[in-house]
Amino acid sequence: MILVVAEYAGGKLGKSTLEMMTAARECGREGPITLLVLGQDVAAVATEAAAVADQVLVGDLPALAQYNPEVWAAAVTQIAKEGEASTVLIGGSRSGREYAPRVAVKLDAPYLEDAIKLTASGDALQAQRYTYLARVTETVEASGPVIVATVKPGSFAPAAPAAAAGEQFDIELELPASRTEITGKSVEKTSRVALSEAEVIVTGGRGVGSPENFAQFVEGLADNIGAGVGATRAVVDAGWRPYAEQVGQTGKTVQPKAYIALGVSGAVQHLSGMGKSKNIIAINKDAEAPIFKVADYGIVGDVNQIVPALIAASKK
Amino acid sequence: MKILTLVRQVPDAEARVKVSGDRVDLDGTTLVIDGMDEYGVEEALRLREGDTGVEEIVALAVGPKKVEDALRTALAMGVDRAIHVETDERFDAVALSKIVAQVAGSEGSDLILLGGQEADWDSQALGAASAERLGWPQLTWTNELKVEGETLTGRHDVDDGNEGFKVNLPAVITAQQGLNEPRYPTLPNIMKAKKKELRKDDLGSFVVQPGVKYLGAEIQTRARLNKMIDGKDPQAAAEQLLDLLRNEAKVLA
Ligand SMILES: Cc1cc2nc3c(=O)[nH]c(=O)nc-3n(C[C@H](O)[C@H](O)[C@H](O)COP(=O)(O)OP(=O)(O)OC[C@H]3O[C@@H](n4cnc5c(N)ncnc54)[C@H](O)[C@@H]3O)c2cc1C
Repeated sequence: MILVVAEYAGGKLGKSTLEMMTAARECGREGPITLLVLGQDVAAVATEAAAVADQVLVGDLPALAQYNPEVWAAAVTQIAKEGEASTVLIGGSRSGREYAPRVAVKLDAPYLEDAIKLTASGDALQAQRYTYLARVTETVEASGPVIVATVKPGSFAPAAPAAAAGEQFDIELELPASRTEITGKSVEKTSRVALSEAEVIVTGGRGVGSPENFAQFVEGLADNIGAGVGATRAVVDAGWRPYAEQVGQTGKTVQPKAYIALGVSGAVQHLSGMGKSKNIIAINKDAEAPIFKVADYGIVGDVNQIVPALIAASKK
Repeated sequence: MKILTLVRQVPDAEARVKVSGDRVDLDGTTLVIDGMDEYGVEEALRLREGDTGVEEIVALAVGPKKVEDALRTALAMGVDRAIHVETDERFDAVALSKIVAQVAGSEGSDLILLGGQEADWDSQALGAASAERLGWPQLTWTNELKVEGETLTGRHDVDDGNEGFKVNLPAVITAQQGLNEPRYPTLPNIMKAKKKELRKDDLGSFVVQPGVKYLGAEIQTRARLNKMIDGKDPQAAAEQLLDLLRNEAKVLA
């Protein structure tokens, strides 16, 4: 079987799960596609899952109320072994990429990380993935009776529902106790569209000048055109904006239809988080700024002058 | 407490990455210690300076001969000694974790510190895989860390925000931005580092085989339009840009 571990949030199956289902259907590995749902009170998620998978295994347990990498790794490993999985697909989220290596070690399986493409070739599975801060695309290959892979969000089209709903089965799990105590969580909130979902993102860099200008120019433009708001690390480090908005190597990876960078230089670490955007638009007063090398549309000019004009002109 | 820090050597952020044939070609490229591993090294040094009972800090690197330079940087920052497993072969993180676990075992390490993501293979897997082999817990993307006795507390980034944690040693911690600002090695410390021990461990003393084969590498640059608009007349420039975004790129309504 191909085992896919469902990702969900707020009681709803995540887009990443549907993307993994496409990867599972198209990769050419053998076996029925099984979605594994782990958590507590996940009946609604399991029902959604049944619409896209051949079968759904549901681990609905108090011990799974809170995500923990060791607990998740143990659960996934047990099910992979019992089902003699040939392939285990896990989301390329922060959490997925922190427990997937544990699953690979437990199964003595090779691990293909953050795949953007998966293709079976005989007994082997080939993956494409980005390396060198997303500047290089590498092709790698693993073989063996079972292979673990994480799937980069946004790399596959979301799967459509299957012809018939899959059957649901409750599973029993032997789980280790978590050794990590969580002492308080703070969840990112935004009044705008989340960066991962946004089709258009307006990002401000140090060139915007001040937190006040950021609110006026970056948020002002974003609100006019219904965009999400991003920031560079320089702006986050300066305390102008929350870390939740940071795009780049140590922040979020985004791939919107349009990425509008205001006063952003285009450092490698920033590019690695947004360089795959479909359209890149840059406004910078320095014609030599590296961001222009990756820009589809660029204005060489002062954000203090250009952005107010843009805001005025984009008001309907 | 004995700390093991893991160090990689990666292209300098300013360096242009090139591919020759089916490989990334690092000939002539300036190589530096991975910035995220540097957070790990710095944190080890701060834990010691904070008087939390750190007995020794060791840096480990696996890779070609030139990786010595990255280890020398760690030594110059203040690490006590270094271990280099020299090999030109490329090991994926799950394979590499065997070496890490074996070294941590023979060194009697209680805490492993490394970067949250590698700047060369963009991998986040080494910390977790090493923790699994050692049977230790792990915390990834850590941006705050304190040690009291055998207990680690701190904060780390998770999928939808961040959370505080408390865990007992031994453990693996991967570092994230915000944890600290790494120091620059001073000239006297660079001189001193030359005399510190840099031990070579033979790859043959580890039972390790790559689990992943590398078939090829390419630089796929997306063709960009590079349409530049002069901003001298802000009004006209703004209107021209909006027109292009609406009618050519079709990304705005
Ligand atoms: C390990 C590591 C991880 C990192 N991770 C990230 C990351 O995740 N995300 C990230 O963004 N960075 C990251 N960085 C930092 C990165 O290297 C850059 O320092 C940062 O991206 C620069 O931000 P910036 O473009 O806002 O600022 P700057 O580089 O200072 O650029 C400001 C730009 O604004 C322009 N400008 C100035 N005034 C005006 C004006 N009035 N009108 C128009 N343009 C103007 C300037 O010409 C310049 O190009 C990381 C660095 C390290 C070492």
